[in-house]
Amino acid sequence: MSYILEVKALTKRFGGLVAVNNVGFGVNEREILSVIGPNGAGKSTLFKLISSFLVPTSGEVLLKDERISNLAPHIAARKGVVRTFQETTIFRNMSVRDNVIIAHHLRSKASLLGYFLGTKIAKRDEAEFGTSADEILGFLGLSSIVTETAKNLPHGHLRALGIAIGLATNPTILLLDEPFAGMNHDETMKAVAMVRKLRDRGLTVLLVEHDMPAVMKLSDRIVVLNFGEKIAEGTPAEIQNNERVIEAYLGVEDEAIGL
Amino acid sequence: MGKISKLLAVAAFLMVVFVVVPALIGITGRKDLYYTLSSVALLSIASAGVWLTFYIGRINIGQGAYALMGGYVSAILVMTYGVSFWLTLPLAGVFCAIASVLIGIPILRLRGVYFAMVTLVLTEVTRLAMLALPITSGAKGITSIPLPDAVSIFGITLIPDFSTMENPRIAFYYLAVVLMTLCFAGMYRLVNSRIGHICMSLQQNEELASSIGVNITNLRVIAYAISSFLGGISGAVFVAATQSVYPSSFTVTDSVNFMLNCFLGGLGYVFGPMLGTLVLYFGWNLLFETGQYQLLIYSTLMIILMLVLPNGILSVGALRKKG
Repeated sequence: MSYILEVKALTKRFGGLVAVNNVGFGVNEREILSVIGPNGAGKSTLFKLISSFLVPTSGEVLLKDERISNLAPHIAARKGVVRTFQETTIFRNMSVRDNVIIAHHLRSKASLLGYFLGTKIAKRDEAEFGTSADEILGFLGLSSIVTETAKNLPHGHLRALGIAIGLATNPTILLLDEPFAGMNHDETMKAVAMVRKLRDRGLTVLLVEHDMPAVMKLSDRIVVLNFGEKIAEGTPAEIQNNERVIEAYLGVEDEAIGL
Repeated sequence: MGKISKLLAVAAFLMVVFVVVPALIGITGRKDLYYTLSSVALLSIASAGVWLTFYIGRINIGQGAYALMGGYVSAILVMTYGVSFWLTLPLAGVFCAIASVLIGIPILRLRGVYFAMVTLVLTEVTRLAMLALPITSGAKGITSIPLPDAVSIFGITLIPDFSTMENPRIAFYYLAVVLMTLCFAGMYRLVNSRIGHICMSLQQNEELASSIGVNITNLRVIAYAISSFLGGISGAVFVAATQSVYPSSFTVTDSVNFMLNCFLGGLGYVFGPMLGTLVLYFGWNLLFETGQYQLLIYSTLMIILMLVLPNGILSVGALRKKG
């Protein structure tokens, strides 16, 4: 079976530093795949490479066998690879609903001029986007806060809004950048359930994350990075028992938290 | 606002601009006000352009460059090539739009103060270019530009020749306010359509905008081109009204004023630049009586205004609503 997204021998150098070194793996359709690794392992760089926010030094990223590395981010998004952001990156001064409506940009059928003139197609687009935004917000349990200004939202809602924005683009694969960072246990469990629901919707999810328990619980497969290189790949059970991983990551972490 | 109150507001605006103001001027006999008010209307068009660049998150202190370019394009076409003023008007706008695309593609990558600095320099560069180019006749400028000629279709005169009028200033007043009305109607539509929302998304987070598939490079250039188009139109009419253009017709001070008009009126309100221009222009002239203290009082007032109303004069309504 061929992969929906394939990372092939991806390398990124910043000057003399090799942030990502010859990393390769594949993501199956409707899979939840997590990339983990200690701080500075190159997770964020890998994430930016896949979402076309960075250009690789060598290697490539393929979506359904089509090369998407070296494209501008908005074109990668058009092809179906859409990312969310680590920080609370949203359109701060817009309402929650407007945030999601605007994110339907890729589904526009009318041209900019059409929107200006208010053509039939433009009006239909706008009505459609409204309905779809309401559906997405309902799906993520945000229906009660649609009129709030985004900047006033609490942390957990902001993350959900970030995902709602990603969903509105109708992606093939959604890339989540540390979706559980800064969340307490309850919030994390809710977010884990939410990511599962995304997969049930037919999405493929690739996420980069620190929170080990959440990753173990959620992922179908895990890719482990250390010092920019892939040191392991497999199911959560396999990863938990992998000696290189324990040595590189879990062992150190266990000591650090005094277990 | 409901549909009816919107219509009423539009009707009231049109009444004031096209009927009440001319009537008041007729009664008081202060014909000089026609010139002042035409200037306000024209400057507000250029300011509306600056406002649009603010709307995509760029501080633009270079509108004077395009006003100057537009003025020269119109003047040269009329004087050297004998083209009708009415044709040079859109041509001046289009020339500025094309120039701004060429200039904008490299400089719109800059953000914040860096973009602002480059646009500031742009005004000065344009002034120097107009001094140096062979076609602009240098510091002497272009003078004695004929007034706009008549426009007629199938023998029916739509617009009479301005030079045959008893007082062409009245004609310029009407021309300026018609253009202003069209400009702000267009801007209102733009901002309240989906394009406005997309521009807003750019202003608030360019990375996120590109991650949802917005071609941010294109959109920035389009917005800047519209902005410069408005600058060019405004400059062209200004030159026609004064019948002359010099390299110093629009300087850095004008560019800064265009920006201040937007700040003063309110960056969050489409009609901000219109109100801002009116207040700034009249405010400055009213303070003329204070002689040497004019600039001091004026600056102090501006600082106070920005402290009290950081979101512009039009934010007063929003404050009151909040309670």
